[in-house]
Amino acid sequence: MSAAVEYEPVIGLEIHVQLSTRTKMFCGCELSFGDEPNVHTCPVCLGHPGTLPTVNEQAIRFALMIAAALECEVAERSIFHRKNYFYPDLPKGYQISQYDEPLAVNGRLGDVRIHRAHLEEDAAKLIHVGESGRIHGSGASLVDFNRGGTPLVEIVTEPDIRSAAQAREWAQLLRTTLRQLGVSDVNMEEGSLRVDGNISLRPRGSEELGVKTELKNMNSFRFLERGIEAELVRQRELLEAGEEVVQETLHFHPEDGSLTPLRSKEYAHDYRYFPEPDLVPVAPNEQTLREAREALPELPAARRDRYVTEVGLPDGAAEMLAFQPAYGDYFERALEVADGASATAIANWVTGELVASLREVGDEDDPLASKAGPEALASLAALVEARKISHGSGKQVLAKLVAEGGDPAKIVESEGLAQISDEGELAAIVDAAIAAEPAAAEQIRAGNAKAIGRIVGVVMKETRGRADGGAVQKLIRERLGA
Amino acid sequence: MDLLELTVAQAAAAIRSGELDRAEYLDAYRRAAADDPLNAFLTAEGDDPTNASDGGGELAGIPIAVKDIFCTEGIATTAGSRILEGYVPPYTSTAVRRLREAGALVHGKTNMDEFAMGSSNENSAYGAVLNPWDTSRVPGGSSGGSAAAVAGRLAPAAIGTDTGGSIRQPASLCGLVGLKPTYGAISRYGMIAFASSLDQCGPLTRDVTDAALLLRAMEGRDPCDSTSVGLEPGVEAPSREDLSGLSFGVPRELASEAEGIEPGVREVFERTLSRIEELGGEVSETELPHAPHGISAYYVLAPAEASANLARYDGVRFGMRAGDAEDLTAMYESTRAEGFGAEVKRRIMLGTYALSSGYYEAYYGRAQRVRTKIAEDFSRAFERFDFVVAPTSPSVAFELGSRTDDPLAMYMSDYCTVPMSLAGIPAISIPAGLARPDSSNGATGPELPVGFQIAGPAFSEAGLLDAAFALERAIGFEARPGGEGP
Repeated sequence: MSAAVEYEPVIGLEIHVQLSTRTKMFCGCELSFGDEPNVHTCPVCLGHPGTLPTVNEQAIRFALMIAAALECEVAERSIFHRKNYFYPDLPKGYQISQYDEPLAVNGRLGDVRIHRAHLEEDAAKLIHVGESGRIHGSGASLVDFNRGGTPLVEIVTEPDIRSAAQAREWAQLLRTTLRQLGVSDVNMEEGSLRVDGNISLRPRGSEELGVKTELKNMNSFRFLERGIEAELVRQRELLEAGEEVVQETLHFHPEDGSLTPLRSKEYAHDYRYFPEPDLVPVAPNEQTLREAREALPELPAARRDRYVTEVGLPDGAAEMLAFQPAYGDYFERALEVADGASATAIANWVTGELVASLREVGDEDDPLASKAGPEALASLAALVEARKISHGSGKQVLAKLVAEGGDPAKIVESEGLAQISDEGELAAIVDAAIAAEPAAAEQIRAGNAKAIGRIVGVVMKETRGRADGGAVQKLIRERLGA
Repeated sequence: MDLLELTVAQAAAAIRSGELDRAEYLDAYRRAAADDPLNAFLTAEGDDPTNASDGGGELAGIPIAVKDIFCTEGIATTAGSRILEGYVPPYTSTAVRRLREAGALVHGKTNMDEFAMGSSNENSAYGAVLNPWDTSRVPGGSSGGSAAAVAGRLAPAAIGTDTGGSIRQPASLCGLVGLKPTYGAISRYGMIAFASSLDQCGPLTRDVTDAALLLRAMEGRDPCDSTSVGLEPGVEAPSREDLSGLSFGVPRELASEAEGIEPGVREVFERTLSRIEELGGEVSETELPHAPHGISAYYVLAPAEASANLARYDGVRFGMRAGDAEDLTAMYESTRAEGFGAEVKRRIMLGTYALSSGYYEAYYGRAQRVRTKIAEDFSRAFERFDFVVAPTSPSVAFELGSRTDDPLAMYMSDYCTVPMSLAGIPAISIPAGLARPDSSNGATGPELPVGFQIAGPAFSEAGLLDAAFALERAIGFEARPGGEGP
């Protein structure tokens, strides 16, 4: 038996992003989802004889913003091609896409390089009539052209990803980035963000790329990770059994996590690309490019870096706030009005207790609209930091804020949560607790520091959390000479 | 006054002054078109004159025959193909809309080679068109119905499309003026595509002045066609009386060295060159070294684009669908097998092959480079000359059926017109005289029209029409089909 080879995953992603422009890529039909079938159509997007495409300027602007956000080089002149194949969801018999002269190349997002980003149009939606809803065994197929012609940006990464989890995390960073640009709804379940994977394994240390497979239909971040993981396992088993990976396209089934190859007939096309003669090249001028750059909001990666270097937040909190901009915005508002609370304390409250409490009431999407406003959270953090109330009391105040809103100081007063600051009063309670727990007291005297928790617990129960834990521990140790 | 002999300009002026009753004028053409002894019309249905705009436009009250390749809302449009039988477009092409805005009326839809693929009009799914000069002969193509209708006095003017000669060649064979404007002068929106990078709309008329009138109504940038730019400055009525100060280059590849030009055509061509000199123009030989490769490049590029343009005829959304197909692929195959004619299938196959993986560079890529070379040849010629002139068609109208079994011979009909199409430049064919068919192939018969082609640099339509106007007056072509003069 030979020594086991250690394999390294090599993963690249291909992402299709539906742009949220007002109208379609090549005609004036409104983009709208969930309406009756075939109401958003015209002779152009139905491919009637004699019709011609015209480029949606807003789609170009959005694509240039994406190119800028991904730090791509924008081509001085990019052209559209026709990608030819027959299918009922493709009314012209060709898709207008970009091919060997794409809009943008050589970019980067986080630790993954971007190979290219280009514009194209989406196909229409096929509805298979029959019990299964699938093509096989259906009695008829209907076409809804409402989606046909929706502007898409296709983003192709370099094969820089090394694990399924990294693929998911990076895709989430991309989604946040695109969402912040305001150019797409980026919803994987609804298909406005579609992520396919190109997956291969190679012996660790090797520079060569192994045979890759293309993985499709992972319509959530969870499925993206699970699908890639399943394919990595499959490839590893093949290689370890001395077999070869076959280059093919695989379909991920989220119901049971299985992978099935698409029949070769369905994807082995000769697309006969050639330059689309009905359109002129896209040649953005310097002003258009500048406007696209200037339209960029602060993007997640830059925001995380700013939180770490300028605000001094720990990495975890910085990333969470940067990648969930709604919480980042909430944090920055709280920081603006903060009187006495440190940035890190506020960030910890936001990323910890606030997220958890809002999630409990199903209100986590828009913290700024919750009853617990950033001003209140800032005062709450200040009260805790100044030791006016204990951390435990702070959680009670936050629960109250999330449920009803209000002013933390008043809640502290009305609920009697103010920390016991009278040393004498606290000492008396500690003495009573030691007397109530003689066994624990004996262990502490004997050097078992862990036993202190039992006595602290009694004190906290007695004070309903209003005592400062640190002060209580100090008093107990003094009393017991530990 | 013989209403059917008036030019568009004459009729429009008479209507404006009240000398001519527009209803009477329209009625005369309606009756002529309804009779249609030439099979020139596929749809005789025309615009209701009571609905026509009466803004006193330049073409107010003029019925214009429209090649059945232009979409007309509510009026059947077939592009000469079985696959579009019964298709009624939901919208109207820009060229037709502009004509209507100038006051013109759609005067039926004319027969054509299927999807504009042909040079004799014999590729129509709806039967051949007869040449009014000799009904045993073809009118040329692909705009053969438009040419026959105007020459046969079934319409005062018509519009057609020219991809490699489809306006100029039938104009030449029918004794008409045919203009292919600069690519981009007139919007292609609503014009059923054959080869998108070459297709251009233009007029077929009785004289140069009418061609200018129609061009003026139709040209202009159209937001629906990204490749349209219009003409700047616009088009005025041509008025030039001589050709002094103008130089005309005669490319030897398309004239003296060209093979297959009939002696009668050559004679009329030489005579016309002398006429130019008499008018003060300077004539000398020049060269277009790559022009002889034009046909080869054209028959790669045009079919390649056509193979994609015709993919939409799949039976899914409109037009014909073959019945009883077992599955999707069978539906595509039987619909297209039954719906398309032989020449269309031949070109789809050629184009599909030329774009296939592994062959793209050898065919499409190389043909594109030839196209660029030909455009450069013209640019060099225009550094020395104001215009380049050549015969329009190597032959006069040929007999029906004489070339249908020989696609290569048919393709050579476009030898002298394809280079200008590839270069995207404007070119006009005007009737220059009559000639007997080449007797070497045993044909005899009446004298037939011969066209003379003038090409200018891109967007030089104003000057081109002016020069053609001066030459037209000097030639004084007055022959009519049927042998009668005015």
